[in-house]
Amino acid sequence: MTDARTALTRAHHEEWARVVATLTRRFGDLDLAEEAAAEAFATAVERWPADGVPPNPGGWLTTTATRKALDRLRREHRRDAKEQEAQLSYDAPPGPGEPPGAVEDDRLRLLFTCCHPALALPARVALTLRMVGGLTVPEIARAFLVGETAMGQRITRAKSKIKAARIPYRVPAATDLPARLSGVLAVLYLVFNEGYLATGPGTDPVRPGLTAEAIRLTRLVRDLLPQDGEAAGLLALMLLTEARRTARLTPDGELVPLGEQDRSDWDTALIAEGHRLVRERLAAGQAPGRYQLLAAVNAVHTSARTVADTDWSQVLALYDQLARLDPSPVVALNRAVALAELDGPAVALAALRPLAPALTDYRPYHATRAELLRRLDRHAEARAAYDRAVGLAGNAAETAYLTHRRDQLPHQSG
Amino acid sequence: MQYLFAVINDDDTMATPEEAAAIDVFNDRLQAGQHWVFAAGLAAPSSATVVDGRGGEAVLTDGPFVESKEFMIGFWIVEAPDLDVALALAGEGSRACNRKVEVRPILAP
Repeated sequence: MTDARTALTRAHHEEWARVVATLTRRFGDLDLAEEAAAEAFATAVERWPADGVPPNPGGWLTTTATRKALDRLRREHRRDAKEQEAQLSYDAPPGPGEPPGAVEDDRLRLLFTCCHPALALPARVALTLRMVGGLTVPEIARAFLVGETAMGQRITRAKSKIKAARIPYRVPAATDLPARLSGVLAVLYLVFNEGYLATGPGTDPVRPGLTAEAIRLTRLVRDLLPQDGEAAGLLALMLLTEARRTARLTPDGELVPLGEQDRSDWDTALIAEGHRLVRERLAAGQAPGRYQLLAAVNAVHTSARTVADTDWSQVLALYDQLARLDPSPVVALNRAVALAELDGPAVALAALRPLAPALTDYRPYHATRAELLRRLDRHAEARAAYDRAVGLAGNAAETAYLTHRRDQLPHQSG
Repeated sequence: MQYLFAVINDDDTMATPEEAAAIDVFNDRLQAGQHWVFAAGLAAPSSATVVDGRGGEAVLTDGPFVESKEFMIGFWIVEAPDLDVALALAGEGSRACNRKVEVRPILAP
């Protein structure tokens, strides 16, 4: 019984995307593939505890889902089903001696279709979590604070557009691949960040389900495209961030900034894996992209035994490199944080000044400014900056931390 | 599969000679690649008449069916195997005519 339940959870994690992807290729219909996969898993829930776990759960699920899809087609249009059956006879799954490439490519196809740039970003995120991640509509709705009906419609609309506009089910051509892959990675990073830095006052500050899901899917992309530096970089970035998750919050749900975290709470296995990926990318000798640079920054932090051991000049050099790739004010803000540690808060504050117009509604800008002003004993200005930061919508744990920091400021000075 | 590329104009200027020349080059390319179905430019929306014949006798209204700053100034109908091909062509078309292009699938007959 427990074995069956473990096997079901495992099969859901490992086989859902494969089943949906295989059926989508066979039947050319995402909707049908999704429903048939859901029915096959429901059948497994009924049958496995009683009949035992089949020797090849993935094969069992694919076969069952295929049968469910054919039943559905037969009910809807008898003739189409006959044609599909005919097609099945020469489109059989690869045998034991054949390379599994076709099936792996199916999952990549599915990812690229779900993350197609012709779909709105929220639709890409929802569709990826449903079709590739296997999360249910209510789970996705809860994760993004959207009503179930609205989330269901978002996914349905995206699937209809894929069908009506004929968004192709394939891995993009080599010339388009880097741009399209960066779109896929952006969706996964967004899912991760929503789990790690959930926004909105009513949400849990951290939602481990979403971070775990993002890591799982990024691992899949990395396995499918092992040569891609950015996929490895994003995975490393996520692992090195996730490693600090438990140290990042007090029991009361207040944020603990990096410098004050108990480093013995960090997950050493995740850190080791993240460092291994970063080293692998360094050894590849190719110019790193954005995720690789951010992963390297996190590798520097997670290599330091104490905050005082942090190699800030290395962090600054990495942000300089990132700023050349992405001259955005947010990168400049993060660079200023490293600058404060090397050249002092006054220099960093001066570096923030030109960013003010672009980042006026960006919480981390005001939070960083507040900390720098505090270090310069400019308490009245620091208080105003904390107020501004707290007033902007953001993560609940951050709000608690910023409020606490503001209330620690001495009253009569400035 | 066929797609409509609706060319969106957001000011009062019509195509310049340079744009017209670039559009000709793009049209040749569509024909050479067997994507060409049809294309046309449209007169200004102020020249439009809306006809409503649903009540038996047609009721005429002067002007376009929707007044807006953005309007369709021309269109292509192209043949493409899927949206990726259509979007790549629409990108070239947009560069050629120097305007935004809305891509919409045409329903199969």
